[in-house]
Amino acid sequence: MSEFDQSAPAVRRIPVGKRCWRLTEMNEADIHTDRVLDPMAFLPDMDVLGCEMFDRVLDAVEVYDPDAVTPADVRRVLDADVVEPEDVGVLFAPAAESFIEEMARRARAERVRWFGTNIQFFTPLYLANYCENRCVYCGFNCESGIHRARLNEQQTIAELDAIAATGQEEILLLTGEDPVTSDIAYIARACELAAERFRNVGIEIYPANVSDYATLRAAGADYVTVFQETYDPVRYGKMHLRGRKRIMPYRFEAQERALKGGMRGVAFAPLLGLSEFRHDALACALHAYYINRAYPHAEISFSCPRLRPAAGAVTPKGPHVTERQLLQVICAYRIFMPFAGVTVSSRERAGFRDHVATITATKVSAGVSTGIGEHTHQAEEGDDQFEIADNRSLAEMCAAMRKMGLEPVMNDHVLV
Amino acid sequence: MADLEHTDTARAVDTWSLGGKEFTSRFILGSGKFRLDVVKAAVEDAGAQIVTLAVRRANTEQEGNILESIPAGVTLLPNTSGARTAEEAVRIARLARELGCGDFIKVEVIRDAKYLLPDNAETVRATEMLANEGFVVLPYMYPDLNVARDLVSAGAAAVMPLGAPIGSNRGLVTRDFIRILIEEIDLPVIVDAGIGRPSQACEAMEMGAAAVMANTAVATAGNIPLMAHAFGRAVEAGRAAYLAGPGRVLENAGEASSPLTGFLEEEAR
Repeated sequence: MSEFDQSAPAVRRIPVGKRCWRLTEMNEADIHTDRVLDPMAFLPDMDVLGCEMFDRVLDAVEVYDPDAVTPADVRRVLDADVVEPEDVGVLFAPAAESFIEEMARRARAERVRWFGTNIQFFTPLYLANYCENRCVYCGFNCESGIHRARLNEQQTIAELDAIAATGQEEILLLTGEDPVTSDIAYIARACELAAERFRNVGIEIYPANVSDYATLRAAGADYVTVFQETYDPVRYGKMHLRGRKRIMPYRFEAQERALKGGMRGVAFAPLLGLSEFRHDALACALHAYYINRAYPHAEISFSCPRLRPAAGAVTPKGPHVTERQLLQVICAYRIFMPFAGVTVSSRERAGFRDHVATITATKVSAGVSTGIGEHTHQAEEGDDQFEIADNRSLAEMCAAMRKMGLEPVMNDHVLV
Repeated sequence: MADLEHTDTARAVDTWSLGGKEFTSRFILGSGKFRLDVVKAAVEDAGAQIVTLAVRRANTEQEGNILESIPAGVTLLPNTSGARTAEEAVRIARLARELGCGDFIKVEVIRDAKYLLPDNAETVRATEMLANEGFVVLPYMYPDLNVARDLVSAGAAAVMPLGAPIGSNRGLVTRDFIRILIEEIDLPVIVDAGIGRPSQACEAMEMGAAAVMANTAVATAGNIPLMAHAFGRAVEAGRAAYLAGPGRVLENAGEASSPLTGFLEEEAR
């Protein structure tokens, strides 16, 4: 039950699952006003899949007490061949921190078993940084005074060509979350242009409906990344003040809608540090787990961003996540779902990424720019979404990975 | 002396064929989890004449493409990993042809990201479609006799039952069912997936498998070329033991003592 329960007459809301609602009508202006939308109420034009998975994940996280986990619990879980969903929280607990070397060993064994020494590369291309949301921690948020830009078709082609010339074969297309400025048709055209130049096209855009994902799939994209940011409903409401992103369960069900739209795989992530990271890591692991149970054919992967400072945003006061804790989270993902991909962001420093790639990560970005139009330095460059710590080019990253005993792989995919 | 000559003769004629090609090695090496700089050594030390590779991995402009790491003269067996339906497998197989990988294709239709178990029904459909297009089709399958018979009817060149889940190194978990395929299916039965140690490969060959394939077990070894060598020798040893089997039967028949039926000789007296 949210604070918004009293504000709307019952006739306009239909209950969905235990926690959520679907609005049958609404005032459009509410989307663009701070703290008016109920974060638990789907807007009338949003697909609703029923929130069963949402409720299961939040139920589990609500009763999770990481401080109650003992070293004996960690021992028992690490001694088992398979980590059950009811046990995975143990691996995110403070008590597991002292087992980090053992967790890393097991993670590495699983990584090698499933992925050998392959390490995949990709680079993000930011198409636009217009955004209708107001997320207090993000540099793209609609109230920040950053320079906005959106690549037109020619600029997109130029950026894609510049990236392809470096040898990249996988690209991740990103936009800020503005479904008017960066509508599905615009993104679909970018996917077509990308698919002509890259063998693997992923998208990281605002959550969309099933039919939108089907459109993007037909245009050549087949991997969808959506960061949930936090799985704590109260914190979620405080961090996301306006825009469609404010609707938490719609974001949660994005991966499932993407798969229903025909996508091959989906990626998950909380923004670690935005809320209690142990709870968010558990929720993310269970989210991915239940998606795998429901869609066993889907490729699953985890991203592991930590909160970074950004222009035009405030850095919320939250628990800082150390590298040791980040590694604990990533190793726990690998041990729990050994077949899943793990991507480590260029927000992390080079030395951390190099070592994590040998232990658990299977994909790294290289030659990263988070601004708009920066690959070709076109006139209309937009500001960056966040600061990055690892600026290495693709060639530099390949050399570094080889030095770590890994085999750089530009593509491991056929679009079918 | 006569026995030795017999052994040499058995070895000399012990070839097998797929798609009109003759092979003497019965060890098939997977290449998916290797560093490229050790693929060549592993192939050579294993004595492998067939190497599998994922089409999706070869689908690249990358310098140091895996295709370049496989020694000349080795027959490529591209696989359709990434396919979730028969139609997707067909599209990937056609791409393999375009990439210059030849007409051999290992059909993998998998819609299970966790265990990577094959979808037998889709595999049968893909096999039929690809055989009709002239491919030499080697389907990766869960060892089910009825499905294996359907694969024969669909035009498969061999069947490739799994010993255990891919990459699990658990060995011949499906031993009894593979034995049934070996008994009942006239095509070569190639044990694929799950073989973790040379001794397990050897056992599969002793049972009468036509060949054994391994990837993870070699790729994750401490010394990759040495493990490749060990697998190659284990497969040879298992094959030799299988061939030696009939000799042992003759030996038993020649035993002097017949404790149960010896009384029959009394009649003649």
